Amino acid sequence: MVEQFTFYFFAALAVISAVLVVTVRNAVYSAVFLITTLLATAGIFLQLRAEFLFVVQIILYVGGIMVLFVFVVMLVDLDVALRQVQFNRQKWVALLVVLAVAGQLVFALALGSEALGLPAAAPESLEPNTESVGLRLFESYMLPFEIASILLLVAMIGAVLLGKRQKPPRSEA
Amino acid sequence: MLPAATDYYRLLPEILAAVFGTIVMLLEPFLRREHKAALSWLGMLGAAAALGAAVLVRSDAGPAFFHLIQADPFTFFLRLLIYATALLVMLAARAYLDRENLPHGEFYALVLLGSVGMGVMAAAAELVTVFIGLEISSLSTYILASYRREALRANESALKYFLLGSFATAFFLFGVALVYGATGTARLEQVAEGVASVLLLKLGLALVFIGLAFKVASAPFHVWTPDVYEGAPAPVTALLSTAPKAAAFAVLLRIAGTVLPATLLWFWVLWGSAALTMFVGNLAALVQSNVKRMLAYSSIAHAGYILVALAAGTEAAYAAALYYLAAYALMKLGAFTLVAHLAGRGERRLTLEDYAGLARREPVVAATLSLYLLSLLGLPLTAGFLGKFYVFVAGLRAELLGLVVLAAVNTLLGAYYYLRVILYMYFREPDPTYEHAAREPVPAGTGLVLAATAAGTLLLGIFPGHLMRIAELAAASFR
Repeated sequence: MVEQFTFYFFAALAVISAVLVVTVRNAVYSAVFLITTLLATAGIFLQLRAEFLFVVQIILYVGGIMVLFVFVVMLVDLDVALRQVQFNRQKWVALLVVLAVAGQLVFALALGSEALGLPAAAPESLEPNTESVGLRLFESYMLPFEIASILLLVAMIGAVLLGKRQKPPRSEA
Repeated sequence: MLPAATDYYRLLPEILAAVFGTIVMLLEPFLRREHKAALSWLGMLGAAAALGAAVLVRSDAGPAFFHLIQADPFTFFLRLLIYATALLVMLAARAYLDRENLPHGEFYALVLLGSVGMGVMAAAAELVTVFIGLEISSLSTYILASYRREALRANESALKYFLLGSFATAFFLFGVALVYGATGTARLEQVAEGVASVLLLKLGLALVFIGLAFKVASAPFHVWTPDVYEGAPAPVTALLSTAPKAAAFAVLLRIAGTVLPATLLWFWVLWGSAALTMFVGNLAALVQSNVKRMLAYSSIAHAGYILVALAAGTEAAYAAALYYLAAYALMKLGAFTLVAHLAGRGERRLTLEDYAGLARREPVVAATLSLYLLSLLGLPLTAGFLGKFYVFVAGLRAELLGLVVLAAVNTLLGAYYYLRVILYMYFREPDPTYEHAAREPVPAGTGLVLAATAAGTLLLGIFPGHLMRIAELAAASFR
């Protein structure tokens, strides 16, 4: 009972604030609602006993990425952005796609989880998953973990290359 | 449980390329501006070292890093292709970067690090590893595509590439998550075994296919290709149309070859996508007047021919696809390198009009370009012909008569626009008011690349045996 209540609470919170993210005109409000969405999702993760995901969601998304978002939003001239005409010329196509996806979702829900052949729900208590994620990451999944550093190096080179101030043109010599 | 020395040994080509890429970046700030071009030697040395390591590692085939990596003959073939492409691109790029006044060090570093990603993709036998490789390769190519920062076209195309590419990667990642959810593993050999939910697996594989189809530019996920290939610096276009595409095809091939549900599920998808890709590429190429854009559409069409081989799904077809990838890489590298040279400063001379009467002004250049175009068209005695021949035969053996007929029709369609360029070069006089570019001699690096690719195109067209044997061995790795 409590279980169901918390799930519906977080789910409703996530959906409502997700809708607000895209409908609110002010970009700062959007960002704040996005934080709410992410927090509500974190709540669902916790309820599913995925405490590692819960922590990562809050530290990385709410803590790191959203701060970056808000910074960028603050730096951009919001007044200009508010007055600009948004162009969504593919409104009808989008509506059609959304309806199709919604129809599929309703259909899938009506069939129930057995029809999807999903595996049974996780047992009441999972093994502590922060520990197992850590063990996997430093044992069998060491390689992807390590070469992610090359990914970061490439991203860094790119950021500096594209972001740095243009040098004055070289003289033709 | 720590990785042993053999694990690192089997990943040696990628490690060497990464080390050299990093050294290039480390040395760059210490060099004076006029000496920075010398970094191209270091970059090429890195690619050559990776090639050498690939050959060295060949004798010691097997899994590494807890089965995340497979250093099998298939990986060997792709490594040869990827690092050779990187080497040739760096060789050709030096003169281009000088001409356009672009930074040197970052270019070579990004090409090398990008090829690390592609090498990892080719070698990976597990989806998370594939994903990291895919991200490394995509990120480097996004940056390379936006390398001409001051050119508006280049910026627009790079932004498009970045947004659509990230979108595609998200599809791929979502697919990987679903496959993992359905099977409890991301290792390809095990995916086909303990399936908990068939529906979830199908969904996941469909998303994985969409993500990879974006990367190989097959219809209906090709829309970014013409703009990006046109806007990117020409040497980067040469890279984009060859190595990352080969790496993405490698992942498709490995999944189709190892995961039986994928082979079955993807059959009609591959069939449809192949037919659509060939028609979209060839029909759109017919009406292009910009040569770079035309070659972009032609590379879409060529992805279609390779998909025909994938749809056939036999071992011979996979070998044919690999052969085709190599042949295609040679001619595309050559053609784009030549386009880069002829375009002149700021890449302004790209239309068919600019090619009118080229044969009289620069007979050797015109002849070389004609060779690439005839090979792309698939004329006998060129690599392109044998590539198509092997694919068609494999298709017929797999009883895909319909698809092979469509491919043959498309070859005829292609003839029109490839021959049109040759027609302009040999039989059309430029407009009397047309302002000719000052004749520039072909730079040494570019010349070497042209010589290598032209010789390769002819050699593979006349003596295909050796490469075909390597391709057959590679295709046999999935057994």
